[in-house]
Amino acid sequence: MDTHSPSSAFDQVVLPHLDAAYNLARWLTRNGNDAEDVVQEAFLRALKFFGGFHGGNGRAWLLAIVRNTCYDWLRRHRPSEMSDSFDEEVHEAVDPSPSPEDRLMKQADRLRVREALEALPLAWREVLILRELEGLSYKEIADVAGIKMGTVMSRLARARSGLQQQLAVDLTKE
Amino acid sequence: MTCSEFRTLLHGYMDGELDLVRNVDIEEHLRTCDACSQVYQAQLALRSALKSDELYFRAPAGLERKVRMATERPERKSWRRLQVPGWMGAALAAAAVVALAFFVLPMFSRRSQTERIAQDVLSAHVRSLMPGHLTDVPSSENHTVKPWFAGKLDFSPPVVDLGAEGFELVGGRLDYAADRPVAALVYRRGKHFINLFVWPSASAHDSAEAAAVRQGYNVLFWTRGRTNFWAISDVNRAELRQFTALVRARLS
Repeated sequence: MDTHSPSSAFDQVVLPHLDAAYNLARWLTRNGNDAEDVVQEAFLRALKFFGGFHGGNGRAWLLAIVRNTCYDWLRRHRPSEMSDSFDEEVHEAVDPSPSPEDRLMKQADRLRVREALEALPLAWREVLILRELEGLSYKEIADVAGIKMGTVMSRLARARSGLQQQLAVDLTKE
Repeated sequence: MTCSEFRTLLHGYMDGELDLVRNVDIEEHLRTCDACSQVYQAQLALRSALKSDELYFRAPAGLERKVRMATERPERKSWRRLQVPGWMGAALAAAAVVALAFFVLPMFSRRSQTERIAQDVLSAHVRSLMPGHLTDVPSSENHTVKPWFAGKLDFSPPVVDLGAEGFELVGGRLDYAADRPVAALVYRRGKHFINLFVWPSASAHDSAEAAAVRQGYNVLFWTRGRTNFWAISDVNRAELRQFTALVRARLS
């Protein structure tokens, strides 16, 4: 088989990032079956747009498609989550008082971290997953999430504060 | 720098996205402000809580097959639209069998080849960690390691020194993977070892980095400049990615 054929290039550049695609879709939809549907749809789109991919980071390129597919999917199936439109002003970051948080963080087990992450607004969850689990650079996050590079750092700051608060709330509920 | 500025810029600092001047500003502020220093400690704790492989959802078994089927569907649809007579259908079916033999089966064999290399790389890595197997030429000097391979391999592997970036070169070793002798370059990150296997690629085609996990070890591999690179280690995926990105940056 000709290794330069488009389908083979697609296999080599896009398919290796299946785990990353599923991870992002799973975190954005918060459901395994929905994530599988989204990933299949995203790969169809990726195949369609592959002619426009001119090298570079295949993972970030695919994740941008997965992210947009997720948003389309959520708009169609769970418009309530989307209409809960994200507002940077409303979700003003409040700095948590550090020392008790620090103590609480150490107690927080992984289940709590997962639940707290899932409870975050979509826009925060997305930048945290891209940064902490996928290890993308700010430039790549800006490309994938369709935001300005300058916004990435401030949104991460808010998202992390939000996550800390969420973890603290979870713990004080008990 | 005000505390408010610090609390946003801190994130760029922790993510390694600030320039040198701002890095220095941040560290200066950390030294002088207790409250902000505690915020920093809390963020470090949060980060370590997020550095768990259990938070990463890997694709379930069977999704790859579904994706492959989904991405092959458009071609089948266009066939159906042709409205062919019966005899032609039989001819198309025969053609499909031929296509299967010539295109699809080699595709599977190529994938199984990648899987076999992954197994080779895993075995070689685990073996190298057994006492006395890590290096044939223990040296942190790339000028010592690189010439050592001369005469032992039919190619000269690129050896980069990443000590300044926290990946200390420990030495080199001859190994065997992908049905040929390969160069194994050993790096150390803290208490963890990274094996970087290098050998010439038959194809002139570069391929982007791909990731795999085998028995808990992270594996990253790519092809560039007619050379295959396979990195494997028990460091987390982000750190291994940092390592491979540094290797590529040094070699480009």
